[in-house]
Amino acid sequence: MENLKAKAYDLRKDTVDIIMAGGGGHIGGDMSVMEILMSLYFDQMNISPENQDDPDRDYFIMSKGHSVEAYYAVLCAKGFLDLDEVKAKFSKFGSQYIGHPNNKLPGMEMNSGSLGHGLPVSVGIALGNRMSGRNNRTYVVMGDGELAEGSVWEGFMSGSMYKLDNLCAVIDRNMLQISGSTEDVMAHEDLAARVRSFGWHVISVNGNDLDALHDAFEEAKTVKGKPTCVIANTIKGCGSAVMENKASWHHHVPTAEEYEQIVKDLEERKAAQKG
Amino acid sequence: MNKIPNRQVICDVLMEHAKDDKDIVVLCSDSRGSASLTPFFNAFPEQSVEVGIAEQDLVSISAGLAKTGKKPFAASPASFLSTRSYEQAKVDCAYSNQNVKLIGISGGVSYGALGMSHHSAQDIAAMAAIPNMRVYLPSDRHQTRKLIEALLQDQKPAYIRTGRNPVEDTYEEDNCPFEMDKATVVTEGTDVTIVACGEMVKPAKDAAALLAQKGISAEVLDMYCVKPLDKDAIIRSASKTKAVVTVEEHAPFGGLGSMVAQVVSANCPKKVLEIALPDSPVITGTSKEVFDYYGMNAEGIAAKAEEALA
Repeated sequence: MENLKAKAYDLRKDTVDIIMAGGGGHIGGDMSVMEILMSLYFDQMNISPENQDDPDRDYFIMSKGHSVEAYYAVLCAKGFLDLDEVKAKFSKFGSQYIGHPNNKLPGMEMNSGSLGHGLPVSVGIALGNRMSGRNNRTYVVMGDGELAEGSVWEGFMSGSMYKLDNLCAVIDRNMLQISGSTEDVMAHEDLAARVRSFGWHVISVNGNDLDALHDAFEEAKTVKGKPTCVIANTIKGCGSAVMENKASWHHHVPTAEEYEQIVKDLEERKAAQKG
Repeated sequence: MNKIPNRQVICDVLMEHAKDDKDIVVLCSDSRGSASLTPFFNAFPEQSVEVGIAEQDLVSISAGLAKTGKKPFAASPASFLSTRSYEQAKVDCAYSNQNVKLIGISGGVSYGALGMSHHSAQDIAAMAAIPNMRVYLPSDRHQTRKLIEALLQDQKPAYIRTGRNPVEDTYEEDNCPFEMDKATVVTEGTDVTIVACGEMVKPAKDAAALLAQKGISAEVLDMYCVKPLDKDAIIRSASKTKAVVTVEEHAPFGGLGSMVAQVVSANCPKKVLEIALPDSPVITGTSKEVFDYYGMNAEGIAAKAEEALA
């Protein structure tokens, strides 16, 4: 796990490099979601380039599709994609590497980009796998701004209606969306109580802490008769004070000076992880 | 007079296949009765999914099921399915290329006096505009059976619109020519081409009989496959006739008429007249009353054909 904690900062660097190469991206949410993706891909899920077509694999849906650059970085590290190719082609004319998940690429199950789709799609995946007698799990990562979409709550309803204990939803609770604080734009608190009232098991953790995420996902596997929602409390822009907790960094592309400082900060954080 | 609505045939076909194919799943949004799918839910509870009155959930869950290899058929009133869950149809089904069959029930003005909220006069235009989404409007119960059986064999998304009421037969049980994605020539003719879909095919066929009495030879094409449109059939027919009339239970924009006019103007230019619902809330009444009022019946279609030839 200690290696993974350090690696989180390497993958943040890869993510920033992808954004710099493509001249665009959603950097704030990329940084907040990193440990969530890493926990799932490197600690939890039974998914790899070798078994990506196996019906018994675990399924992952990136509902907050705008954080695709972090997703690219993780899929590269997992061997699904090639980092140099992603950097060369991201957002370029004619490219498959677009600004949201594209399921014509290896490792990406469904297209997303419009918010509020991933949870109900994941309900269908979890339901279909259970109908087929499979013992795999389905994970979906949503943003917190996304929670204003009514379709998310339709998914919460059906997830508990069908008692999908093979489904785990993660909310990247970074408290910011493009216009500002989620609580000013459309408030979600008490979020845990809201989701719990829809019949879900809810676990609230530090979402930038790989140990805490590990414990949460392990707990989720023991919950029977209902799905689990992990509220991952994260820091938007996590990794550098240049961008942390700043709504303006929702999709800001760093200047040369900012990039230099971010890379320096990421290296320092990585070194601190190694102690 | 046939008493079996097309929606009931869909249920029959799905039940016949669901016995052996456990991947067939039927989903409803509190619409199993309206869709005539209650027998399916009763006979195959483990292949049935109820989502409540939540069309977005209906379509997204269907896409998720398809992702795991299931063959979902999601049935909901066409008015809601083609608008409330339009984006789910676009992103989760078509864009993500999932094998979801969207069954728009009680399409067009089937709901009659319930008003514009329940009418779907936009579904052809809306669904046809989505890349990778096919649009089918079967004309009678025999063709509906053939269509659903064909759709069970493919793995791509599609939108199928049916009406609420029984439709008079255009074909016969043992004489229903059907080739997937090819228009059916209902009546051969040489003076005027009438292209119709869905419930308008039977009145178009009857119009051809009326025109024959006047010595006008009308060719009727059943364009149940509005997308992919059978362009060759249109060009073949319109090349030999003098004018084209289109008939559809749909708004006058972006539907069958617009699509046929595109093909004719580009390939064999001649007059194309369109019969459709108005660009306004339709007059209150039963389907038949509404059709009669707007000339969407045999007499109205025949008159439009004569106008096109004048």
